[in-house]
Amino acid sequence: MVLIFADQTDGQIKKQAFEAISYGAKIAGQTGTTAEVLVLGTVENAASTLPALGKYGASRVHYADNPAFNGFDAQVYAAAIADAATAAGADVIVFSNTTSGKAIAPRLSARLKAGLVAGAVALPDTSAGFVVKKSVFSGKAFANVAINTPVKVISLNPNAFGIQTSETTAEVVSINLTPSAGKIKVTSVNKVTGTVPLSEAELVVSGGRGLKGPENWHLVEDLAKEIGAATACSRAVADAHWRPHHEHVGQTGGAIAPNLYFAIGISGAIQHLAGVNRSKTIVVINKDPEAPFFKAADYGIVGDAFEVMPKIVEAVKKMKAVG
Amino acid sequence: MKILVCISKTPDTTAKIAFTDNNTKFADGGVQFIVNPYDEWYALVRALELKEAGLATTVTLVNVGGADNDPIIRKALAIGGDDAVRINLESGDSFTIASQIAAVAKDGGYDLVLTGKETIDYNGSSIGGMVAELLDAPYVSLATKLDAAAGNLTATREIEGGEEVAELSLPAVISCQKGMAEQRIPNMKGIMGARTKPLAVKEPVATDALTSIVSFELPPAKAGVKLVSADTPEELVRLLREEAKVF
Ligand SMILES: Cc1cc2nc3c(=O)[nH]c(=O)nc-3n(C[C@H](O)[C@H](O)[C@H](O)COP(=O)(O)OP(=O)(O)OC[C@H]3O[C@@H](n4cnc5c(N)ncnc54)[C@H](O)[C@@H]3O)c2cc1C
Repeated sequence: MVLIFADQTDGQIKKQAFEAISYGAKIAGQTGTTAEVLVLGTVENAASTLPALGKYGASRVHYADNPAFNGFDAQVYAAAIADAATAAGADVIVFSNTTSGKAIAPRLSARLKAGLVAGAVALPDTSAGFVVKKSVFSGKAFANVAINTPVKVISLNPNAFGIQTSETTAEVVSINLTPSAGKIKVTSVNKVTGTVPLSEAELVVSGGRGLKGPENWHLVEDLAKEIGAATACSRAVADAHWRPHHEHVGQTGGAIAPNLYFAIGISGAIQHLAGVNRSKTIVVINKDPEAPFFKAADYGIVGDAFEVMPKIVEAVKKMKAVG
Repeated sequence: MKILVCISKTPDTTAKIAFTDNNTKFADGGVQFIVNPYDEWYALVRALELKEAGLATTVTLVNVGGADNDPIIRKALAIGGDDAVRINLESGDSFTIASQIAAVAKDGGYDLVLTGKETIDYNGSSIGGMVAELLDAPYVSLATKLDAAAGNLTATREIEGGEEVAELSLPAVISCQKGMAEQRIPNMKGIMGARTKPLAVKEPVATDALTSIVSFELPPAKAGVKLVSADTPEELVRLLREEAKVF
């Protein structure tokens, strides 16, 4: 059986969990077994939300509605998931490689002595053993990794597989998991509100030092607003305090894989590319035709961002008006 | 509070990524190796800051690898740290390496184990969590801030679209990233001093690998950029909509 951990915060199942379920369901189909979901903690409108996870391919949802799971503690979670997986006889356990997946999956792997592939980008190849492709060298290569243990743990990179839906509903079973004594107490959670979090954004508009200063960021923000994108920046920009550090992407910042990465006035240094090279479509606006970013781009304009960007925003507005 | 900082050796960020031996090995010929940036810039520097603030007694570096890792360990020692331990094991999967580090942490009675958020070559982000589980210790991953006071830690970690602050007891394991500290450039005194700092070489404990790398591959080459004239930016918008279908 394939068990997918569906992560929730504040009673909402995270979007990345839907993708993880779709992926787990496909593995279940491949190996002739069922895909079942595990939810820890209280979910809002559970009576409708949980059966609806069937849409992504889950036949059953194991629901451990215990308030002890509402605050995040990777240790408590890993112990509970291990208990649930063992009780249900799971032989593949799937996570989304989100901030919580990165905290829990390695713990679970060590606890169950079950091999882990973290950062998976494709379905396992089961033709000889169980081999999972993962991203390595910061997006510059892939490794095919064999998991050599009876129980396997996979943490799927967000946006690597996609969400797949059908018209089915899942059976929900309440389960009782005894939470272990936690050693962490969450004291506060601060979320940036009103904007799409960068890590979850499908569209990202990003600016570099070519924009000359923070006062010119409307060139990034106007387009982002028009298309509903999150904003990002290069390290040079964050280091100069033009933009907040959480917007910095690249080798030493966030690694993202949106459907669109729209880079304005960014040279495309190898360390910058390391954080964005898994994006599906890359657009580069740069006045230097020799900018390295063009080599990694799908579309580009060689031109002055100060002239080109307002025209692009106008064109998007027109396109939206036409529908 | 005794701190153990995990130090990993990785190819330089500009290294050409290629493979040999039928795509089973990283082609390291001519490649320059560095201390994994997350380990060096964030985990190590924060450990040193805690010691300088009188909150830690010692800072020990640990690396799992062969003798050819010694220059990298000395490089890290030039930035700071009292001593280092190298576990003499050429390679292994994340679990094998985590098992070695957990054994060092247990034997040495370390209170706090710091790692970088991931290595820039394997991108596993797994060692910290595995070490924590093996030590039965709490774990905060992707931490951007860390403070210590009387046997307790306060750590801030990244979550999707924000951050979470938590208090935890020692012993503990924390994986560190941007925000934690500022990169330090070693000075001459540090470099000279690093040569004589104790570097103990220990033999590995027995463990089984749970995974193995079958092969590497490079991503398919990009088709090449489609350039649109700066005079007709609306054409770019059309392509994004009709061809790339991104909006
Ligand atoms: C170990 C290490 C880790 C690093 N990690 C990261 C990382 O995580 N993320 C990151 O981004 N960088 C990282 N860097 C830094 C990286 O090497 C680059 O220095 C940085 O990305 C440059 O930022 P930039 O492209 O904004 O600025 P620049 O390199 O200054 O490029 C500005 C670009 O804007 C263009 N431009 C100028 N004016 C205009 C105009 N009017 N219209 C259009 N285009 C214009 C220029 O042609 C140029 O290409 C790292 C470096 C090291 C050594």
